Amino acid sequence: MSNITDLKLVELVDKIKKKELSSTEVTIAFIERSKKSKKLNAYISENYENAIKKAKIFDQKPDFKKKLSGIPIAVKDLFCTKNIRTTAGSKILENFIPTYESTVTQNILDEGGIIIGKLNCDEFAMGSSNETSYFGNVQNPVSENLVPGGSSGGSSSALAAKLTPATIGTDTGGSIRQPASFTGTVGLKPTYGSCSRYGIVAFASSLDQAGPMTHDVKDCSLMLEIMSNYDTKDSTSVEFKRENYLNNLNENIKGKKIGIPKEYRVDGMPKEIDELWEKGIKIIKENGGEIIEISLPNTNYALPTYYIVAPAEASSNLARYDGVKYGFRSKGENLIDMYEKTRSEGFGDEVKRRIMIGTYVLSSGYYDAYYLKAQKVRRLIKNDFDEAYKKVDAILTPSTPSSAFKIGEKLNDPVSMYLNDIFTVPINLAGLPAISIPAGHDKKGYPLGLQVIGKAFDEQSILNIAFALEKNISFKNNITDWWIK
Amino acid sequence: MTIDLKTVKHISKLSRISIDDNKAKKLGKDLNSIFSFIEKLNELDTKNTEPLTSIAETTLKLRKDEIKSENIREDILKNSPDKNKDFFVVPKVVE
Repeated sequence: MSNITDLKLVELVDKIKKKELSSTEVTIAFIERSKKSKKLNAYISENYENAIKKAKIFDQKPDFKKKLSGIPIAVKDLFCTKNIRTTAGSKILENFIPTYESTVTQNILDEGGIIIGKLNCDEFAMGSSNETSYFGNVQNPVSENLVPGGSSGGSSSALAAKLTPATIGTDTGGSIRQPASFTGTVGLKPTYGSCSRYGIVAFASSLDQAGPMTHDVKDCSLMLEIMSNYDTKDSTSVEFKRENYLNNLNENIKGKKIGIPKEYRVDGMPKEIDELWEKGIKIIKENGGEIIEISLPNTNYALPTYYIVAPAEASSNLARYDGVKYGFRSKGENLIDMYEKTRSEGFGDEVKRRIMIGTYVLSSGYYDAYYLKAQKVRRLIKNDFDEAYKKVDAILTPSTPSSAFKIGEKLNDPVSMYLNDIFTVPINLAGLPAISIPAGHDKKGYPLGLQVIGKAFDEQSILNIAFALEKNISFKNNITDWWIK
Repeated sequence: MTIDLKTVKHISKLSRISIDDNKAKKLGKDLNSIFSFIEKLNELDTKNTEPLTSIAETTLKLRKDEIKSENIREDILKNSPDKNKDFFVVPKVVE
């Protein structure tokens, strides 16, 4: 038999249900591989011993009706996990032990999942390369000293390196889809309101969504099914009919109308990405889909809008870190001095930068010029998509304007770092679902992704289109285990 | 528009983040480059556009005000950097 860690999520679930593998065997296999992979720095906290105990308990009285029966899984360290340290990649939460469980991780536990650890991420999910984490850079298993993308960089690295059979991330402006694209894996950001935000360390509340990251579209469908539910603990959770995404998965895309937005052909985009896009278009046509040129005229305004809305919300959300009730505290001469020193020493540079942008755009005299203006432009961006969806069922674009870059390459130029998210940010602003699937390699051999964007709450359609693309692309990730001696 | 050193210091005060002059200078430079990128929005006429405050645009639901978790005081206090019995301790506020 092949290595346990080479199996995909759906295959593992199947083997456990058929009693070909026990939960303990599977859990130990992923833990052993994780132990050998410290060089990737994908984990912030390990929960190995506890996980093995849980796996043994599962095996004693297995419940095979559960969708993740006895499956080990490592999750982004932005999800609060009861009694397991949750840091959000920040010094300010270095010793924080939640007293409650996030809804999404609770859903995973309820379906028989076993948490084996918490994965590295950019501090408070603010970054596109995992370089802002207080716990250090993460290596992309594709090649040494390559960023794994961000902010869910520990998640994408651990998944691509097969340290976990599937994982979960959060996506505020591309934080699931960009790292998925950089590591040759699948990542889905659901419609805003599909997965509960309860218990997720908040970054920008009107944009944040949790979503699955997996090896293929099947696994992704299963994970979404488990993660998504209506939750009264999140006031923006939406009640809608959630599908059996895996059961309904269907590669037939005959008659589907797929939009190609001309504004996504940006200047200076590498030729390979254009070719990748053409390849996707060709596959859709060959499978009976119809390609329709569309226009999303305000695309160029999405990033500037995002860099007002997201920091503004972050500055409010992060006001809670004052060193009083939990988290890091620095000594101060008085209360105000304590606050200022705590936040100065507890937050990293990128987080401070964004808090300050947010504070500025919300401050007296600037609110209308920046924040209100951005909210108005956000409306225009959403209207663009509404118009487009009168003509098409889904939209196809590249996931990122480039492949993964080297660690340190973009660190000193925030604007150039922000440009990474040019194809993903508009989707968060409009609250839509989108999936990134691996679709090819550039000449350096680094993975590239294609993004399928759907109508609100129509995750099934984008999963189906992605499934059809996946079958025809048959992408292979050439990862050599270089980090294991 | 440019953000000068005085403004950077003012924002840092509002954000309750202390910064020294060197950091303030560097931050000023970053903020200026980010804001010159943001200025692009001024190209758009949004006089007649309604702001989009939330994508979910639903009315908030009401629920009963009930206690759902009890006896977690000790667990919560465990995370506190400084405590005294059942209280969080902060530097002296009242003289």
